Amino acid sequence: MGFKKFLVKRAITMFGVLMATLLLTIVLVGSNMDSISKQSAAQDIRQQVTSNKSLLASFKTTEQLDSYINNQVKMRITALGLDQPWYSPQRIGLSMYKILTLDFGHAKFLTSDSGSSDVKDIILEKLPRTILLFTTATAIVSVLGIFLGAVAASKVNSKIDKITSGFAIISSSFPVWWIGVLMIFVFAFLYPIFPARATPDVSASDPGYLGSLLYHMALPLITLVIIGFGSWAYLVRNFLVGVLQEDFIMAKRAAGIDEKRILYSHALKNAAPPIVTILALSLSGSLGGAIITEAVFDWPGMGRLYFEAISVLDLPVIIGATYVLTAFFLVSVFVADVLYGYFDPRVRRQ
Amino acid sequence: MSFSPRVIWKEFSHSKIGMTGVAILVVLFFMSVVAFVTIPLDSFKTWNDPASWLLYPKSAQPAWINYFQSEKIPEHLILSPIVSSQQLGTVNVVTNSFAVNYQYDGFPSDFIYQYAAKYGGSPLLQISVTRPDGIVLHLVSTSLPFASGDVTYSSMIFSTQNIIQKNIADKKARYAFPLDGISSEKIIFSKLDENTILKGEYVFHINLYDVSGKPVLEQSRLILGGQVYGIMGTDELRRDLSIGLLWGTPLALFIGITVSIGSVVIGLIYGVYAGYKGKATDEVLMRFNDIIYAMPALPLLIILAVTIGNSIFLMVGFLVIFGWVGIAKVSRSMAMQIKTLQYVEAAQLMGQKNHKIIFKHILPQLLPYAFASIAISVPGAITTEAGLSFLGLGDPTFPTWGQILHDASSYSAAARGMWWWILPPGILIAVTGLAFVFMGHAMDGIVNPKLRQR
Repeated sequence: MGFKKFLVKRAITMFGVLMATLLLTIVLVGSNMDSISKQSAAQDIRQQVTSNKSLLASFKTTEQLDSYINNQVKMRITALGLDQPWYSPQRIGLSMYKILTLDFGHAKFLTSDSGSSDVKDIILEKLPRTILLFTTATAIVSVLGIFLGAVAASKVNSKIDKITSGFAIISSSFPVWWIGVLMIFVFAFLYPIFPARATPDVSASDPGYLGSLLYHMALPLITLVIIGFGSWAYLVRNFLVGVLQEDFIMAKRAAGIDEKRILYSHALKNAAPPIVTILALSLSGSLGGAIITEAVFDWPGMGRLYFEAISVLDLPVIIGATYVLTAFFLVSVFVADVLYGYFDPRVRRQ
Repeated sequence: MSFSPRVIWKEFSHSKIGMTGVAILVVLFFMSVVAFVTIPLDSFKTWNDPASWLLYPKSAQPAWINYFQSEKIPEHLILSPIVSSQQLGTVNVVTNSFAVNYQYDGFPSDFIYQYAAKYGGSPLLQISVTRPDGIVLHLVSTSLPFASGDVTYSSMIFSTQNIIQKNIADKKARYAFPLDGISSEKIIFSKLDENTILKGEYVFHINLYDVSGKPVLEQSRLILGGQVYGIMGTDELRRDLSIGLLWGTPLALFIGITVSIGSVVIGLIYGVYAGYKGKATDEVLMRFNDIIYAMPALPLLIILAVTIGNSIFLMVGFLVIFGWVGIAKVSRSMAMQIKTLQYVEAAQLMGQKNHKIIFKHILPQLLPYAFASIAISVPGAITTEAGLSFLGLGDPTFPTWGQILHDASSYSAAARGMWWWILPPGILIAVTGLAFVFMGHAMDGIVNPKLRQR
């Protein structure tokens, strides 16, 4: 199989996943969404009628008024296409098409900081913050991890190797959010160094906004790094140890090449494919985990938006956020796949 | 690639890290058994019922912190009585006495006497206390409502009741300081010359007098309010955290083990079937596998929990949905290797049925790998469930560790320094995870001998 064909196949699968996730989400929230939209349509009309004094005066009895309103509601529901059940193919198709074209509609309760209730605006406002936090964390974690992993791999069974492995296993057993709660407890209340809530307290237009954002980002960032770099170092160490046992490394050693150079330039280069892949995967994984982490730290990103949308059942936001999260997740999975296929031709053949 | 269980166990028992995992697991199982045996199922069901925790203190620290403190914080004491009864002429007397050796450096915050009296007629209830210095204070003397037949009358007497203040005022001449505006427990437990705690043995006597029959006092409890309680302390809703944490153990083990076994069994059969059949079947099954593999699990789990339901059993099911895919991938490639071995081909030539070959010849070969994967996937299931519960999406009827942490965060325990509410659940989650990680690590080393050279 050529690389192109491999790419096309992966892309098709990814698109299939995106559609399947979307369909699943719509199926799961569809019936709720239906009753909510119908209610809001009815409320809308009632409000319109009651605010129109001359129209209100033309009714003699309340029954007349009620039947008029009911008729209007029915017309509105038909106009919106809500008379069909939510699982009818047209409606599902229409909602999928709308979502694909990034038309998520309007949020029921949530608004962006600037006051817009358009789901697209809300997401566009939150997404960069999530990317800022988690990309920075992943970058720091991977640099630390690769360095520490290389050191551990060069001295297998030494003290530093054992400490790294032990720390990796122990740190990965603790839930990130629990460490987050603990960090807030220690560094925001016991020793008030950092703010407890990660939401910046100045408005986005303020010149000090970026500084405030970074200051508020410190605690979640430190937590993510502490929890993350151990398992990274462990993975890198394992890959490197595997590579260091290969014949070509032996040959280089026999040729008298400096041990440091073998490790950092030759071995690391050969261990790169899985490392790069895991880098891409861990980025996507952290986006999913962002929901709980951001909820704990009150970081105003996608994760917290998702959590808030769930708690008030703001369905358009839930669907929009699921779509964007899934899309990001898939893009990074795809990038990981492609990188792996590029580095390691065996994968393409399967 | 073939292992007999005995060989595996022999290797496993030599692995220090594996045996540590087993030891932790044994302790956790022991905790589960203790939970089942010592804590009645009822108290676990009433976990969310505020009425059943009335006698407990609010946000009390664990009692053992007194060992690390020079000033002993008063402990919250729930005392049980010593019962005696006697007959004085025509009068029947039931006496409940509560003795307490009070050695704390502070006054109790209050005291409550709770009882249920069974009587007929109109009995008289008297409460008095004998102080360490021998002074006897009469606190309460009240008659219970008249009843013509046998009735059970439940009530509580609080230290804040005016009658107690008035009765104590009789003895005010003995105190060297004015009693006005001082609450009754601070008088009863006070030294005579100054208003500080008098340490020593206090005995509370509850007497119930009745002429028309023998009265009985049931559920008789004297509660001395304090700021520390039990091994684990209590939370904002007065719940004894040790009960919640203990009950969380079997729940976490149940969730973790059921999810991992379910995922591994499904993944194993799915993967082996795809790998063994090959061709179009394999292609279709693996594309489906790819789709589930690439779905973002947590957002979907949240949507599932919100829309379908959050009972603990549904939760297990949801976790299995996203748990089996990775195992299916690996077992497929393993099955493809085994399929080409000669004995499998021989079985095929002999005309054995496909399912027989899969179950008799291929699956047994994958068992060691299956055990390792079960152990390795337990922690993920436990932390995911804990995470969902932490977000408030868990089953509220069960006190899982994640649920306790959710309550802690909704009452902002971190902000109020309530470490005893935050630390133990998280540590338990991690320790449980570690036990399985250790065991999985050791198993992995046996199944993949290559790893050992590292």
